[in-house]
Amino acid sequence: MKVFTRLTGMAAPLLQNDVNTDQISPVAGHGVDTDYSNTLFYRQRYDSDDNEIADFVLNLPQFKAAQILITGDNFGCGSSRESAVWSLAGYGIRCVIALSFADIFRENCLRNGVLPVVLPADQHRALALKVAEIDGAEPFTADLEAQKIVTPDKLEFPFDIAAAERDSLLRGLDDIGVSLEHEDEIAAWEHSMAERRPWLQTAARPR
Amino acid sequence: MTGTLFEQLWSDHRAGTRADGRDLIYMDRHVAHELHSPRAFARLRETGRKVRRPDLTYQALDHSVSTFRPAGDTGAESPFIVAARAGCEEFGVHVFDVGDPEHGISHVVGPELGLTTPGSSYACPDSHACTVGALGVLAFGVGTSELEHVFATQVLALKPLKTMRVFFLGTPAEGVTAKDLILKAISVAGADGGRGHAVEYAGPAIEALGMEGRMTICNMAIEMGARTGLIAPDETTIEWLAGRPLAPQGFDWDSAADWWRTLKSSPDAAYDKEVVVDCEGMETQISWGTDPSQVVGASQRVPDPADAEPARKEAMARALSYMDLKPGTPLSEIAIDRVFIGSCTNSRLSDLEEAATVLRGHKVAEGVKAVVTPGSSQVKRDAEARGLDKVFKEAGFFWGESACSMCAGGMGDAADPGDRCISTTNRNFENRQGPGVRTHLASPANVAASAVTGRITSARKLLAGD
Repeated sequence: MKVFTRLTGMAAPLLQNDVNTDQISPVAGHGVDTDYSNTLFYRQRYDSDDNEIADFVLNLPQFKAAQILITGDNFGCGSSRESAVWSLAGYGIRCVIALSFADIFRENCLRNGVLPVVLPADQHRALALKVAEIDGAEPFTADLEAQKIVTPDKLEFPFDIAAAERDSLLRGLDDIGVSLEHEDEIAAWEHSMAERRPWLQTAARPR
Repeated sequence: MTGTLFEQLWSDHRAGTRADGRDLIYMDRHVAHELHSPRAFARLRETGRKVRRPDLTYQALDHSVSTFRPAGDTGAESPFIVAARAGCEEFGVHVFDVGDPEHGISHVVGPELGLTTPGSSYACPDSHACTVGALGVLAFGVGTSELEHVFATQVLALKPLKTMRVFFLGTPAEGVTAKDLILKAISVAGADGGRGHAVEYAGPAIEALGMEGRMTICNMAIEMGARTGLIAPDETTIEWLAGRPLAPQGFDWDSAADWWRTLKSSPDAAYDKEVVVDCEGMETQISWGTDPSQVVGASQRVPDPADAEPARKEAMARALSYMDLKPGTPLSEIAIDRVFIGSCTNSRLSDLEEAATVLRGHKVAEGVKAVVTPGSSQVKRDAEARGLDKVFKEAGFFWGESACSMCAGGMGDAADPGDRCISTTNRNFENRQGPGVRTHLASPANVAASAVTGRITSARKLLAGD
């Protein structure tokens, strides 16, 4: 997994609650080999003739190269599609700051080197005001090592993240590899279940 | 047993705990679908890993095959299906293939075959995996990385979840269905009311539901933001499973059923969060907005943001603008262009029977396009054996094949831009059923009634001749 340590870039505001993964990555943009570099918020960025919708935040000149997104409550709700995270990363946004994240979306972020930052309401509000004030003129920094967001005028917004999740992002850990260290326990569990509830350790084929 | 049912099942399936505190929760059954598995298979190839238990793994092909397909169409034009089939061949995974007698939507097929049984666990790379929680299953919807994780390890590495109970108090009005109960519950709990939680649904209104209605309830756990939902198994569950082809047989069935009868939250179990849904005398529910918590009773009017709490005003105004609705409009005056009956929420036999009961002797209103798609080939065969297909066709519905269809607007199964669609699906998000399409969520009965009048209409009102 791609390592996340520190990111410096423009911060764009999308201050809505309940932004869902259908919005972030519409189904029409999905493909087996798609690189998801231009699918992000497709229906909000482009009209039905594929012309840019001028007033959508990522189409404003100062936010076209945004790398940080600040949004509201419950970001990433709905479908479990991981393309929502691939679309953000593909666009160049590798840090999303929110009041809260939907569970599956957040899990998908952690496995793709995208940093989900949750701030308490007062801090979130203060940072959102700062993002609006700076308006894409200067970059913000998301510093995972120091666990803080730093504004262009050096204001610091510390954030919490579980130590293990921080470590995994900082080192770009292979999540499956970590679980496979427990292969013996998994095998032991299977063995015990085959005794206790044999029907769960065998599965018939329909025909 | 002590604790909540969810805690019991979690602890029962914990194969280990990682140093980072995540529990390794064993997945007894794993059903992938084709939008995710090609990339997960590709990653297995890159890393030289295998599918640990291909014998416990199945592949559904439901998201990228059209429900309007002609007979003999195998979905070969979908690159997802082609790649998923190749991966399954390579890694030894059984495919519920297009055209097979077992084809259908993953969460419909699993229970119907008896693949998912009480007390077991289930993973599927789809947020509606929670559907099968209705059988007392520990069910997890996941993304592609977690799918790959289950392929390689047969476990999910999960952080413990909080527990939540949604208790339905009272007796709803006659004609109120499972869909109405869950829409009401989401409007009470909120679109993120269950975030970080596993939700157990309980109460007399839940116990009174058949198995398929319970699946409708659990299907929409994700729409209140919950990671999963479940209902304790009872005799309804056990009777429904009896004789299903992949359910345990013979001696195994007896010992399984004995165990299933013990699976319930202990009376003194404590939940981290409790939501009570007062459904005494409750009428049927319809969504008016663009998230599944924006719901009112069918006899009500479109709400006014001016009357809402400040935090909700902006989202309501945005929803009203997208939905092209004015506050104060009675729902019953909203004209519709499309109706859709289908999806993992409401496409089982009882859903189709519910709609057909309303449609008998009626025609779809002029100018309304109506589509019904059974959730599986088995549902289709059963419905046709009962003549339901004729009821739908005579009313003017298109009788389609099984798959996800117009729920997610994939494979051209979408409404036209600007269409207003009343739908038995689970998400009324902007553009969900096609660009610019406006979706109202409702029960099969109410969707059928609306098809007849061309306006949002409750089945009870139609049948009463109002």
